[in-house]
Amino acid sequence: MNWRPRLADGTAPVLIVLVVLLVTLAFVGPTFSEPAGYLALLKRAAPLVILAVGQYFVIVSGGFDLSVGSLVTAAVVIAARLSDGADANTGWVIALLLGFGLLVGLVNGLITTRLLVPSFIVTLGMLLVLDGAVFLWTDGAPRGALAPSFRVFGRGGFGQVPWSVLILLGVVVAAAWFMRSGTGRTLVALGDNENAVRLAGGAVHRLRVLAFVLSGLLAALAAILLAGFAGVSAQVGQGLEFRAITAVVLGGVVLGGGRGSVVAAAAGALSLEALFTLLNLIGVSGALESAVQGVILIAAVAAAAHGKQLRRTHEQEVVRPGRGGAARADGVHQ
Amino acid sequence: MTLVRRRLTITPTVTVYLALAALLVIGSILVGANGGVLLDQSGILNILTRSTLLGLVAIGQTMVIVTGSLDLSVAYLAGLCSLVTAETMAGRTSMMVPGVLLALAVAAVVGLINGLVITVLKANAFIATLGVALILRGYLEHNYTGPAGSVPRAFQHLGYDRIGPVPVSALLVLLIGTAVWWFSRRTRTGYHLYAVGGDTEVARLSGVRTSRTIVTAHVLCASMAGLAGVLLAARLGSGAPYAGTDAGYDLESIAAAVLGGAVLTGGRGGVVGTIGGVLILATLDTVFDDLAVDPFLKDVVRGVVLVAAVALYARHRLSRRSS
Amino acid sequence: MAALLALTGCTSDLPNAEPAAADKTDKTSEFFNQAEYDRQLKFRTATPVGPDGKPWEQMLDPELADTAKYAKPGGKHHLCFSNAAVNNPWRQVGWKTMQQEVKLHPEITKFTVLDAEGKDDKQISDLQSLAGRGCSALIVSPNTTATLTPAVEAACATGVPVIVFDRGVQTKCPVTYIHPIGGFAFGADGAEFLKEKVPAGGKVLALRILPGVDVLEQRWAAADKIFAGSGVKVVGVEFTGGDAAKTKSIVSDYLQREGKIDGVWMDAGATAVAAVEAFQDAGVPVPPFVGEDQQDFLRTWAADKLTAVAPTYPTYQWRTPVIAALRILEGQQVPKEWVLPQPKITQVQDYVEQDMPPLHYAMCGCESMPGYPGPWR
Repeated sequence: MNWRPRLADGTAPVLIVLVVLLVTLAFVGPTFSEPAGYLALLKRAAPLVILAVGQYFVIVSGGFDLSVGSLVTAAVVIAARLSDGADANTGWVIALLLGFGLLVGLVNGLITTRLLVPSFIVTLGMLLVLDGAVFLWTDGAPRGALAPSFRVFGRGGFGQVPWSVLILLGVVVAAAWFMRSGTGRTLVALGDNENAVRLAGGAVHRLRVLAFVLSGLLAALAAILLAGFAGVSAQVGQGLEFRAITAVVLGGVVLGGGRGSVVAAAAGALSLEALFTLLNLIGVSGALESAVQGVILIAAVAAAAHGKQLRRTHEQEVVRPGRGGAARADGVHQ
Repeated sequence: MTLVRRRLTITPTVTVYLALAALLVIGSILVGANGGVLLDQSGILNILTRSTLLGLVAIGQTMVIVTGSLDLSVAYLAGLCSLVTAETMAGRTSMMVPGVLLALAVAAVVGLINGLVITVLKANAFIATLGVALILRGYLEHNYTGPAGSVPRAFQHLGYDRIGPVPVSALLVLLIGTAVWWFSRRTRTGYHLYAVGGDTEVARLSGVRTSRTIVTAHVLCASMAGLAGVLLAARLGSGAPYAGTDAGYDLESIAAAVLGGAVLTGGRGGVVGTIGGVLILATLDTVFDDLAVDPFLKDVVRGVVLVAAVALYARHRLSRRSS
Repeated sequence: MAALLALTGCTSDLPNAEPAAADKTDKTSEFFNQAEYDRQLKFRTATPVGPDGKPWEQMLDPELADTAKYAKPGGKHHLCFSNAAVNNPWRQVGWKTMQQEVKLHPEITKFTVLDAEGKDDKQISDLQSLAGRGCSALIVSPNTTATLTPAVEAACATGVPVIVFDRGVQTKCPVTYIHPIGGFAFGADGAEFLKEKVPAGGKVLALRILPGVDVLEQRWAAADKIFAGSGVKVVGVEFTGGDAAKTKSIVSDYLQREGKIDGVWMDAGATAVAAVEAFQDAGVPVPPFVGEDQQDFLRTWAADKLTAVAPTYPTYQWRTPVIAALRILEGQQVPKEWVLPQPKITQVQDYVEQDMPPLHYAMCGCESMPGYPGPWR
C-alpha cells in the first residue's frame, strides 16, 4: 500500500496561517509555552470549530445557514428551562436538543428543496422565527437552570484534556471521514454543478437536506458545549452565524460551493480564535477586532480566488483538452 | 406579446400590492375591533415614517440584488454617514450642503470599494460586503462612543416636517424611487443591470461591461444608504454610529427587496415591488403596535411572512415555466 | 408664504424650543465629573423622603415642583408608555414590574405601550404616534439620551405631562425625570468594597461590558478613581461584550498570566457567574467579587460562601413612573428630578430566591405585589 496522508485541495494555506499564529502565540503569550495554553485555546475554540464544520456542509453544497446563531441561543434557553437544574433530566434534555437541531435543519432543508426558496432567505426567516419563538415561550428571558451534569461536557475534562476538545476531535475526524465517502464527494460536486450530479443519478434534494440537518445537529452540539462552558445567557449565539461563515471562508472554502475541505474549514475557525487571542495578548483594542476580521476575510477570499485562477491556468496548460468546459462551469457559478 | 402577457399574469409586484391591500383591510378590521383606527392621520404618518429610511436603503439594495450581488455593509454605512453629516455641519446652517455632499461622497467611495473588491479581487459579494461592514464597524467602535456632532435646526425640518399625514422625507424617497425606477427600466445602464443579473456570461458575450455595471450598482446602493444616514441625522439631530444596525437595515432591506419579488440570484425584482415590500413590513409593525402584540411574536411573523412570500413566488415562476 | 403653508396643510412636528445640544460634543472624551461624583456619593448616605420599606416611592433631596396645571380629576386615566426595548433581562424584569404596578391602580382605564425594539428612529415615530392617541400622561424610557431629545421636546409641547425614567434626555421639559442615584455611586460601591477586602498590593481585575455607554463609563470612572487612591493594583481592564464565554476565557487567561487574582470588579453583573466559575474551574479560591443583584450570582454567592458585594441599578424604578404619573394627574407635587435610593446588597441570604429565574433581578420591589411570583417566573 502506498497510501500517504494527502491534503485536500486548498488546505495548505490555512494550515500555514494557523501554524504561524500558534508559533507567534508561543512567543507572545507566556501561557503558550506549555500544552495547557493550547488545550485552553482548543477548548475555547471548540464550539466555533464545530459550528464551522456544520456550516461547511451547507456552504460546500452551495447554500448558506444564517440560522445557526439563533439556533444556539434557542438551544441554550430550552436546555435551561427543561433541565431546570436537575441532573436526572440531563440525558433526555441532551437528546431533545440534538433532535431539535436536527429538526430545525430538516425544516431549513425541506423548505429550500421542496418550496424552492433560496437558503439565504429560508435561514434568515428561521433566524427571525427562532429568535422570537424561544423568548415568546420563556416570556422574554431565560428561565430555569442548567444541571451540573449537563455542563460537564463544556466545563469538565478527562484528566487534563477537556471533554469539549475530545468531542471536537471526534467531530472533525468523523467529518473528514464522511467527506471522503461517496456521499461526501457528491455533496461537493453538488455545489460545483447540480445538474451534473442530477444527471449522474445523485439524490440532489436528499443531499441538500442532509447538509442542513448536519448543520443544525452540530449547532445544537455547539450549544451544549457553550452552555456547559459559560452557563445560561440570552445572547450566547449572537453573531455566531457570521463568525462561522467567516471561519469557513478563511479556510479557503468558496461560497457558492464546490470547493474546499472540511479540515480547512475547521482550521479556519481555529485560526480565527487564535488570531483573536493573539490580538488580545498584544493589546490591540477590542474595538479594532472586527476591522481586523473584515480585512482578513476579504484577503482570504481574494487570495483563494487568485490562487484558483493561477492553478487553473496552470492546469489548462498541462491538460488543455477537456478542461475548458469545467472551467467555464466554475466561472458561471461565481 | 409581452404586453398582453403582462396584463394577464400576476407578477410578484402585483401580488405584493394585493397583499398590502389585503393587509390594510384585515389590519383595519382587527384594529377597529380593538377599539382603534389603523388608517387615521397618525396611523398613515406612522406607516410612512417607518417606510422612509428602510425604503431608501431597500431601493439601493434592489439595484445590487438585480445584478446578482448583495450589500451587507449598508447598516454600518448609514450610521457612518449620519456621523459625517452631523460632524461636518456641527450645528452650522452654512455647512448643510457640504455636510450632505461629503456624506454622499463617503458613501459612494465605500460603494466603489465594495464593487471593486467584488469585481477585481473576485470575492463573493456576501463576503466582500461583510468584510467591508466589519471594517466600518471597527472604525465606528474605535472612534465613537455614542452620538456625535449636531445638525442645525433648519436641517432637522427635513426629518420632522410633513404635509398632512405625509412626511416630507417620504416624498423625497418617493421622488428618488421614481428616478431609480426610470434609471433601471428606461436607460441602457439600467438594462445592463438586469442583463448582468440574468446571466453574467451571456451579458458579457453580448458586449456588456459586466464589472463596470456591478460597480455602478454598488455605488448607487451605497449612495442610497448614505442618504439614509443623512436623513437619520436630520431626524436624530446628531450622528448615531449604530442607528443603522439597530434598525437592522442590512438584513431588513434584503428581506424587503425579496418580499417585493427580487430574486437573490439576480435578474428579477424592481423598485416598485420593493417599495411594496417595505410598506408591508411597516404596516405589519403598525398593526402589531396598535394591537399591542408581544414584540417577540413580531419576529416570528416576520420570518414566516418572508419565507412564505418567497415560496409563493418560486412556485409561481415554476408553474409559469412548466406551462 | 404662511398662507401657502396653511393651504397645503404643511406642518412640522419639530418642537419650538432650541435643542440643548451645546455640551454634547465634549462629553464623550471625559466621563468623569467631580461635582456629579461628589453629589452621587453624598446621596448614598442621605436619608430619603418617603414611606419606609417602599424605596420606589422614596426620593432623595427632592425639589418639589407644582403640577396643578396637569390635574385631571375624576380618574379614568389613559396612561401611555414609550419603551426603548425589552431586549435584556433587566428590562424584562422592570417591564413586568411596571405592568403589575399599572394593575394596582383602577383609575388607569387604558395603558397603551409602544416598544421601540432598541431603535432610535422607531421610538421617535412611537412618540409621534402616541401624541395622537389622547394620552393623559406619557412615560418615556429613552433608547438614547441625545437622539431622543427633540422627540421628547415635541411630546412635551403637546401639553401632556411627560415622565422620563432610566436614561435621561437633554431637556428640562419633562415634568419629572426618575432615576436611581447613578453610575458613579454604583462603581464606587464595588470599588470601595475591594479597597477594604483586598490586601495592599493585591491584584484586581476589572471587567467591563463595552466602552462608550455613559452609565457604564461613569461606573468605571468612579472605580478607577477609588482604585488609584488605594493600595490595590489593577492588573487589567478588559471588555467582555456581555458574553459569558468570553468573560470566562479572559479570567482564565489572567489567572494563568498573573498566577493569582485578589479581587474582581465588574461594571455589571450579567457575566459575574462565568467569572466566578473561571476561578472554581482553575481550582483556586474565589477572591472578593463585585457582582450585581441577578439571582444566579446571588445563589452562587450564598452557596459557595463568597466574599462579595452586589451594587444594584434597581428594577423597582419601573414602578415609580406609574406612581408619579398618577400623582401628577391628581395635581400633587413631584420632584423635578426624582432620585431613587440605590441600595447595595451585602447580606445575600435576604435576597436569594431559589425558585426565581437565574437572570431575575432581586431588587425589583415586586415581592409584595399581588400575584408574585407568577408573572416574573
